[in-house]
Amino acid sequence: MRYEYDVLVIGAGPGGSMAARYAARKGLKVLMVEKRPDIGSPVRCGEGISKSWLPEVELEPQPIWVSNEVEGARIFPPDEKTFIKLSANKAGNEVGYIIERDKFDKYLAALAAREGADIWVKSPAISLIFEDKKVVGARIRRQGEVVDVFAKIIIGADGFESQVGRWAKINTMVKDRDIVSCIEYRMVGIDIDKNFTDFYLGSCAPGGYVWVFPKGKDEANVGIGVALNKLKKSGEVKKYLDDFIERHPGLKKGKTIEIITGAVSTCPVPQSIVTDNVMLVGDAARLIDPITGGGVANACISGRLAGEAAYEAIRSKNTSKEFLKEIYEKKVREKLERKHLRNWFAKEKLSVLSDETLNKLVDAISSVELTSISVKSLLDAVQKKYPELVKEFEDLI
Amino acid sequence: MKVDTSKCNYCGACVGSCPVNCIFLDETRIVIDENSCTKCGFCIRVCPMGAISAEWFE
Repeated sequence: MRYEYDVLVIGAGPGGSMAARYAARKGLKVLMVEKRPDIGSPVRCGEGISKSWLPEVELEPQPIWVSNEVEGARIFPPDEKTFIKLSANKAGNEVGYIIERDKFDKYLAALAAREGADIWVKSPAISLIFEDKKVVGARIRRQGEVVDVFAKIIIGADGFESQVGRWAKINTMVKDRDIVSCIEYRMVGIDIDKNFTDFYLGSCAPGGYVWVFPKGKDEANVGIGVALNKLKKSGEVKKYLDDFIERHPGLKKGKTIEIITGAVSTCPVPQSIVTDNVMLVGDAARLIDPITGGGVANACISGRLAGEAAYEAIRSKNTSKEFLKEIYEKKVREKLERKHLRNWFAKEKLSVLSDETLNKLVDAISSVELTSISVKSLLDAVQKKYPELVKEFEDLI
Repeated sequence: MKVDTSKCNYCGACVGSCPVNCIFLDETRIVIDENSCTKCGFCIRVCPMGAISAEWFE
């Protein structure tokens, strides 16, 4: 069988659904394919999102996917003697909701469908179709039947695994220091504060952190990310999480009702995220925030930009790499690159600090009343208590 | 290379980490192309479930 569409979106996560939604809204004939039978499931996510970006993609929080709303975040140093408390507004709305990702993803796919996009589930892309060395479609195993889908624009929204980018020869290779291996338990019967997302730094999670994202009064996602260059043995990341839980009686008594695994990239934006007829969005374009590991917001934002760029390119009858760079990639960079790069540097810095230094830093920062989170206010606080530490951070300013 | 499917969670961490793109995965299957594999060990170390092993990896 042979199908023809204006736009083929591969992957029905948040990035794919947003791309399909905005392309379809412009009147394009859109198909989104998803390899899984059940969009959004199994979950591969810590499920914490911020609020600030939701209006940018015309999203209103819905009771069906908001599991819990938090007041702020707490950052614990290795000795856990004190912590930094960031309220949601001071943290630049970096914290906000704990969501049900499976419901969220289905909600977004439904938005795309209602704009007129076709959706095929249990339909993995198995290869790209090339003509004159340019991608013109993809071969899809549609519920067992192999079919060819031709499209003017192909959007790779296939997540960290990112086959579309690799097949299309877009270099999105990530170094081991910029890959974080993650495992998370959804736990019940634990002692937590429902109003805060908690982060634990230091040697409990080298090059990453442990998170406790509350989903209810005694229920949370308890997870860990460890940088790949810090992992030496097989199964080590799971051991780090199990050891952390073992040391915390309030968590240890809980029961695990789900194990979630995955990996995230924490690299700067790649050299290129487009080629002729192809755009990459979200995790596939390595747009995950290098310091938080959060990918949903950037996936949605880049998805919208790609959907709208698809319309612009098709309308202009120009789907060349150069034009897609201009109308899509450039906009992604304008929107995300500055913060992305700054957070990448901050991550590199944080990942080499000793437990002792982290203890001092958090102690210094937690002892002052923070009216705003700026690099300067943080440095002033540290300068006051541990002047010798400031030297280590001067280059971050 | 061996993949223990009783441990594998089909999350794709290994697929995205492989520098030579020699790991393929669908919902129920994971295949490593030993001919392209460079034995870097990324997949073994990145696997959150510890499901991948090889005799050359200590």
